[in-house]
Parts: sequence; C-alpha cells; structure tokens
Amino acid sequence: MASAVMNMTTAALDWVSVAFDAPLARAVVFGVHIDGHLVVEVLLVAVILFQLTRKSYKHPKKPLTEKEIDDLCEEWVPEPLHPSISEDMKAEPPTLESAAGPHTIIDGKEVVNFASANYLGLIGNEKIIDSCVSSLEKYGVGSCGPRGFYGTIDVHLDCEERIAKFMGTPDSILYSYGISTIFSVIPAFCKKGDIIVADEGVHWGVQNGLHLSRSTVVYFKHNDMKSLENTLEKLTRGNKQAEKMRRYIVVEAVYQNSGQIAPLDELVQLKEKYHFRVILDESHSFGVLGNSGRGLAEYYGVPVEKIDIITAGMGNALATDGGFCTGSVRVVDHQRLSSSGYVFSASLPPYLASAAISAVNYLEDNPSVLSSLRSNIALLWKGLSDVPGLTIASHPLSPIVFLKLKKSTGSSKGDLELLSNIADRMLKEDSVFIVSTKRSVLDKCRLPVGLRLFVSAGHSESDIHKVSGSLRRVAATTLAEHL
Amino acid sequence: MVRLPYLTALTTLFSYGLLFAFGQLRDFFRKIIDWSKSTSKGLKGYAPICLGLEDFYTRRLYLRIQDCFSRPIASAPDAWIDVVERYSNDNNKTLHRTSNTTKCLNLGSYNYLGFAAADEYCTPRVIESLKKYSSSTCSIRVDGGTTDLHNELEELLARFVGKPAAITFGMGYVTNSAIIPILIGKGGLIISDSLNHNSIVNGARGSGAAVRVFQHNNPSHLEEVLRELIAEGQPRTHRPWKKIIVIVEGIYSMEGELCQLPEIISVCKKYKAYTYLDEAHSIGAVGKTGRGVCELLGVDPADVDIMMGTFTKSFGSCGGYIAASKEIIRYLKYSCPAHLYATSMSPPAVQQVISAIKVILGEDGSSRGAQKLAHIRENSNFFRSELQKMGFEVLGDSDSPVMPIMLYNPAKIPAFSRECLKQNVAIVTVAFPATPLLLARARICISAAHSREDLIKGLEVISKVGDLVGIKYFPAEPPQHQEQGHKKLE
Repeated sequence: MASAVMNMTTAALDWVSVAFDAPLARAVVFGVHIDGHLVVEVLLVAVILFQLTRKSYKHPKKPLTEKEIDDLCEEWVPEPLHPSISEDMKAEPPTLESAAGPHTIIDGKEVVNFASANYLGLIGNEKIIDSCVSSLEKYGVGSCGPRGFYGTIDVHLDCEERIAKFMGTPDSILYSYGISTIFSVIPAFCKKGDIIVADEGVHWGVQNGLHLSRSTVVYFKHNDMKSLENTLEKLTRGNKQAEKMRRYIVVEAVYQNSGQIAPLDELVQLKEKYHFRVILDESHSFGVLGNSGRGLAEYYGVPVEKIDIITAGMGNALATDGGFCTGSVRVVDHQRLSSSGYVFSASLPPYLASAAISAVNYLEDNPSVLSSLRSNIALLWKGLSDVPGLTIASHPLSPIVFLKLKKSTGSSKGDLELLSNIADRMLKEDSVFIVSTKRSVLDKCRLPVGLRLFVSAGHSESDIHKVSGSLRRVAATTLAEHL
Repeated sequence: MVRLPYLTALTTLFSYGLLFAFGQLRDFFRKIIDWSKSTSKGLKGYAPICLGLEDFYTRRLYLRIQDCFSRPIASAPDAWIDVVERYSNDNNKTLHRTSNTTKCLNLGSYNYLGFAAADEYCTPRVIESLKKYSSSTCSIRVDGGTTDLHNELEELLARFVGKPAAITFGMGYVTNSAIIPILIGKGGLIISDSLNHNSIVNGARGSGAAVRVFQHNNPSHLEEVLRELIAEGQPRTHRPWKKIIVIVEGIYSMEGELCQLPEIISVCKKYKAYTYLDEAHSIGAVGKTGRGVCELLGVDPADVDIMMGTFTKSFGSCGGYIAASKEIIRYLKYSCPAHLYATSMSPPAVQQVISAIKVILGEDGSSRGAQKLAHIRENSNFFRSELQKMGFEVLGDSDSPVMPIMLYNPAKIPAFSRECLKQNVAIVTVAFPATPLLLARARICISAAHSREDLIKGLEVISKVGDLVGIKYFPAEPPQHQEQGHKKLE
C-alpha cells in the first residue's frame, strides 16, 4: 500500500517537474524569463485583486413603506402648544387710566407712580406734546415702509443728526423699537467665529443678540473687573488666532437687573490693553448720568471716541419710543445694510422722532433737571436705608433703585411671591405703585430678584417720603414671619 | 411662477460677472494704494469690522446705485409724496440732502387702506389720546405700561380677526422674533415656507428648534416633508418630535402671491401640526370686510392655531399682534420676552389702530371702510390687468395689492428707478439679497388713496419707461395664443 502511494507521489512530482521544464514554462516574454513559480504568483495576485473588488457584505437597507409611515404619523401625538395654565399665570397688571407721569390714576384712584422709567419727568411736557401734535398733523402716525423704501422721513434724518451732535459722535442711526436696537446691532457686527465677552447680568435683549450672532460667548462675573481681566487674559494668552478674530466686550451702563453701574474707566483700560471693541448699552443712563446727561462716558470723563459702539433705547429718559446707535461713521454705515432690525422693519413713526428731538433740546437747555433727579435719588436712598428685611443693592447714582431681600427664601420663585405681595399691598393700601422684577422663562440671567423703584425728576419730596414710609410699613408686616 | 427667458438669464449672469470683475479690479488697486500709504492709525491690533469679501457686494455693487434706495421724503407717505432731492460729490459714496423737493406719485409705501396721512376720523382722536396719555408710557407692559387703551385694542382686535383673544406689541419684527422661541424650543420642529420673511427666520433660529423648509406655496411638498420628518423623528436620536409648527405668510411681500391656505391647513390637520399664519401684508387689505386671507379664501379662523399680523401696513400705525386661544395668550402674557422687557406700544399709535379698525368695521357711523376696501380691490385688479396687457412680467394673484414687475438685469434697476423719478413717479426696486440673484424686480404697492387718474398717470409713465429700458418681455400675444398665455401665468 505504502509503496503504491509512494509511486503515485513520485509520478506526480515527475509530472510536475516535466511541466515546469516544458518549453512553454520556459517562454521568454519581453526578454524576461518566465519560471513556473511566476505562474503561481500571478494566479495569487489575480485572486487577491478579485477579492478586493468584491463589495463587502452589508445588511440590506429597507426604506419605510408607505403604510409604515402612515402608521407612524397616526401614532405620533404632539405636546400642546402651551403648558397648563397655573394660578400665577393669571395675574393681570394694573391698568392705567391716565398718562404714566409721577402721579397716575389706577382704578379711579390717584397713585404715586414709581414704575415708569420717566427719569427726566418729560411725560406730559408741553413742548414735547406740541411738537408731536404738529408732527401728527403733517405726517400722520405711521411711516408705512422700511427705511430703504420711502420710509425715511426728514424728521428721522434730523433726529439722527441731533443725537449725534448731542453725544459728540460723527453719526447715529435710529431704530424703531428700543429692545430691537441691541439685538440687531450685535448680530450685525459679530459673526460666527468671533469672541464676545459679556457680563452675566445683561438683560434679555442683549442675550438674544448674543445668541443670534452665533459667536463664542464667554460670561464674566457681574460687574467684576477682576473677573473680566482674568477672562480676557485667558482668551488672548498664547492664542495667535485671537488676533485675527473680531473681539467684543458687551456691557450695560446701568444694569436693568441690578441697578449697578459699569466702571467705564477700568473697562477702557482693559479694552486697550487686550484690543477688544466695546459695545455699551446706555438705555438707562442716557439723559441721566454725566453733568449734561450725555451718559456714562461723560460721567467718567472718558472721551466718547474710545467707546466703539453705543446703543440706547429712547423709551426711558427721552419719554418716546425707539432706539439709536452711535459711533464712528464706519460703524453706523455698516448697520444701514446689515442690521436686520433696521433693514427689514418699518421705520420709527415720525411723531416719536420729533418727540425725541424736542426731548434732547429740552435736556440741553435745562441741565438743572438732572440735579433734581440726583437729589430725588439721594432722598429716596436716605428714606429706604432702614427698611426691615430689604437692602438697597443698586449704585447710589442709578435711577433704578433696586431692593433685594436680606434673607432669601431659598428659591427665586418664593422670593418673587413675597416681593409681588409687598408691591400689591402697597398699591392697594397706600396708593403707591412699585414693581418687582419680572423674568421670562427664556431669560438666562441668574441675578437675585428684587423690587424696582424708578425715580423721576418730576417726583416731589412728599412723594418720596410717602413711598419710603409705605414700604417700611408693608415690608415690616409682610416679612415679619419670614425674618 | 416666474418666467425667465433664456436669453435674459444669460445676459443677467453676464452683467453680474462684469460687475464682479470690475469690482475686484478696483479692490486690487485700492489694496495697492492703501499699502503704499501708511496703515490707518489707531486700529492696530484690531481685526477690521468687515474682512475682504464680506462687504464686497455693498462696496462695489450697491454703492453705485445707492441713490435709488432710502430716498427721504418730506411729507406723509400718502398717494403723493414730496421726495427730497439729493446730490453727491464723490460718485454716490455719500449723499447730501438739499432743501428742494419734487412731488411724486407714491407707488412704494405700504399704505393699503389710505390711513397714512392725517385722516378725518382717526387724527383728532389720536391727538386727544396724545394729550391724555402722552407719547409713551416709559414702562413695560407688565409693570406700569398697560393703559385702558391697550386693553381696548386687544379686545377689538380679537373681535376683528375672529379669535378669542389677542396680545399686542410695539413692533412687528419683534413679535415674530420673540414669540416663536416661547412656543417651541429644543426638540421641536419648525417647517417654514422657503420665502418667509427675515423676522420669522430670526425667530426660528432663536428658538433652538430644528428648522426645515418646504417649497414655496406647495402643499404637496409640505405633505412629503411632514411624512418624512415625522417618521424619522429627531435627528440622530430618532426620538419623536415634541411638536411641529408650520409657518406660512398670508401675502408674500416679494411675490404678491396669496398662500394656498385651505390646502395647507388640511395637510397640517391631517398630520397634527400646528399652524402659524403671518398676515403682515394681508390683514385689512384683502377679504370682503378686510379680515385677511382667511376671509378671502374661506378658511375658518378657528382652524389656524396662531394668527400674527402687523399694524404698519393697512392701519397706518406701528406694532404687531398675535391672536389665538385664550390660554395661549395668557401663557404668552406670562412669559413672552417682548411683553416682559420691551416698552409698551405708544398710546397714540394704539388709538390710531383702534380708530382704523372702527372705520373698517363701519362702527364710526360711515361707510368709508367699505368704500376703502372696494377701492383697493378695484385699483389692484385694474392696475395688474393693465400692466399685463402692456406686456410686463407681473407676479401675484388677483386681489393682492402687491405687484412686482420683473426687471432681471442689474443695470435696469437704477435705470427704471431714475427714469421713473424724473417723470415724478416714485418706485421701489429690489435686488439681491432680498430676492434671488437673477430675479431683480420693481415692486408696486397699490393704495386705496390712489384715484383712477393717479393710476392712469402711473401706467403711462411705467409704460414709457418700460419701453425705454426694455422690460416688456412678454408683449400681448394675438387672441389664438391668449389661452396658453393665461395658463402659463397660473
């Protein structure tokens, strides 16, 4: 048996060596000797190539059939458009029945009004009302078009020139609504890839602008210049790319959420050291701070050219509506084509623009109104210094006097309930109208809530004594259990 | 559907290419000249506000024809306006006002019912409310900014539009940007028409929800998109969507078309999506009693979940509103940022809207409202049919007061605008980026304040200038081909 196998293997081997010695296997192709092993190698390479070109096995994808899509659509149940209405959602604000001046009528009774940001007492001013009346008779109410399409009325251009002259800047641009000013300006200058450093206490309009700009936003601790310096240092140290990106610092002059005032002199030093541009929102400081009301720059003695972009809403000290933005010519011109709130929206009603011009004229002619405002704020501070359970948390010069609870209940909802209680009782029992902070669900600000009093130059001493007395009394009784 | 002749498309592309090439050439020389001069002082270390190509369009294309836009006027935006003359010393880079004005026929302002100028019923009441409430409340609505005027307006508006409740804001743009983030957030889906207004786009972006677009005014594509997206679920996680809102407009301001509301509503109802209708241009302007597209197309207002509109166009005031069910409005009053942080609407503007609505409803004791509505309908239909007879390419449906006339070529934009102004007709021209690159147009807005003679004069001038500039692309065909022509216009 073994020998038969041996014979067969020898025969096979002989046959193979004959095949290799065959003249075909010894062919010379293009001058290359073809040995037998080359045939095996060529076959091997061919097999490898064949395998490589085959597609790997994938689980076959089956798209959904029409019936399956129908079933999915049937099963899907959407959430309702609004959450269920709770009790605190049903609260209605008080309705005014006359102008919102220092004294107003609510529910037929006259109350002392500390809820309107009427800082210079211009509501009800004769000159302003006269200019509005002549404007209404000439132009009607609305401007019926955006600025690019015959919505530019000569009073708009006059107003822009007047404001630029007053502020000492080359040019300014008008917006038709206070809150849309800041959230149109920020996306016009800050695009994807830019760096913005903002205060954590900025109001919703600024937050919305920051969100729409799609830039990288870094927040620093509220009104803390040390924290700002650390943030700026961290962002620019060793970062070569930072020099090519546009960099901005966004702050408010007087913060709506806390009544603090931004220290502009330190800010300008930091800005120049790290090469950032500053966007300053002066809604509550225009017409209030500074010897002639020109805002934060005048108050700190900083030349206004050092601030790149100043925006302000005119719905406060100037007692009209709308907003403006001023800066260098480049800054203002850029907005005329790329600011969405300016290009895609109807322009400011002309009578409000005339009211703004008259208000600025009034402010320039009567700077004494600023000293009455300042003395009113000081008087109110004195009166509120010993209110039980509440402390004043705003800057001594801020026209928004912000009071917060000495001891918090632990949640901002609980705090808000207590404070709204105090405000309601003051209105009902003492006919004094003050307000608590209102926060939307979309607001990212985490600063403590409090009571806000808006002081006006039109308030008399007796008004201020009345509000301090009433607050003392109501706070003592409402917070008695809580203290 | 816009018809774009092949030859016109080629010439338009060629013109833009030429302008682009010249612009680049000028930029190149500017760079050389700037490099030889010293760099601007004081801006070392700061990145420039606009880099390179970002404002190329503004500097090289828009600035050349800047005098066609932002023309200031010195009178009310009524049927006839005084356009202020401007001159330039540096080739249109900066424009200076003079004190001369020209009286022109106004075919550009959104003055649909003629409330723009002083009105005999509205203006005395507005002045009265100004004296009573002053020009502003200086306060937000939830603090001390709600006057009884605001409450009256909201009730009247809800009654007018046909919904249970309404809420008003001081600016139309802010209404969209601030409401949409409240209604929908992350995990939701917004499906909006491809030609929606910038305020809706901003609101949708600000909300954080996923945004998809469906083909303009195409209910079957909307249905396709809805089916696909509901079956797929959220991207990556495939969880089901929290809710879906479909946003459409009543009249699209750049096309003049009405939206196909009944079909879109039935699609949305079938797939349980919520509908949001933006009636900025249609409220007060269309419909038998001025109640907007719902009335015109026979849709019950209860079928639309949220109706939004503005007061700028038909009511001659400023501001915006939302009308919906009582619970939604209550929720909005509690949480909408525009209600909680923005100064309330100016009282005289509120009174203007109240008076305008009363005139439209006939509650002022006269029939001026019905007359105005009939007038604007007649005017729009007359003007549109005459323009089409002359051979212009006019977009928009019948009854719509907005009619764009196609220009296409970039050079025809300033030519048309300036020639019309020379003959005392004020026209609005729109180009990229508000419209697609090849489809520049002149947009006409008809008003109830235009008389028949005004319209005839306007038509004469437009026809003359149209011949001069060469935009009568589709001259009236002989009667045998009339039917085919009409079909194409659909």
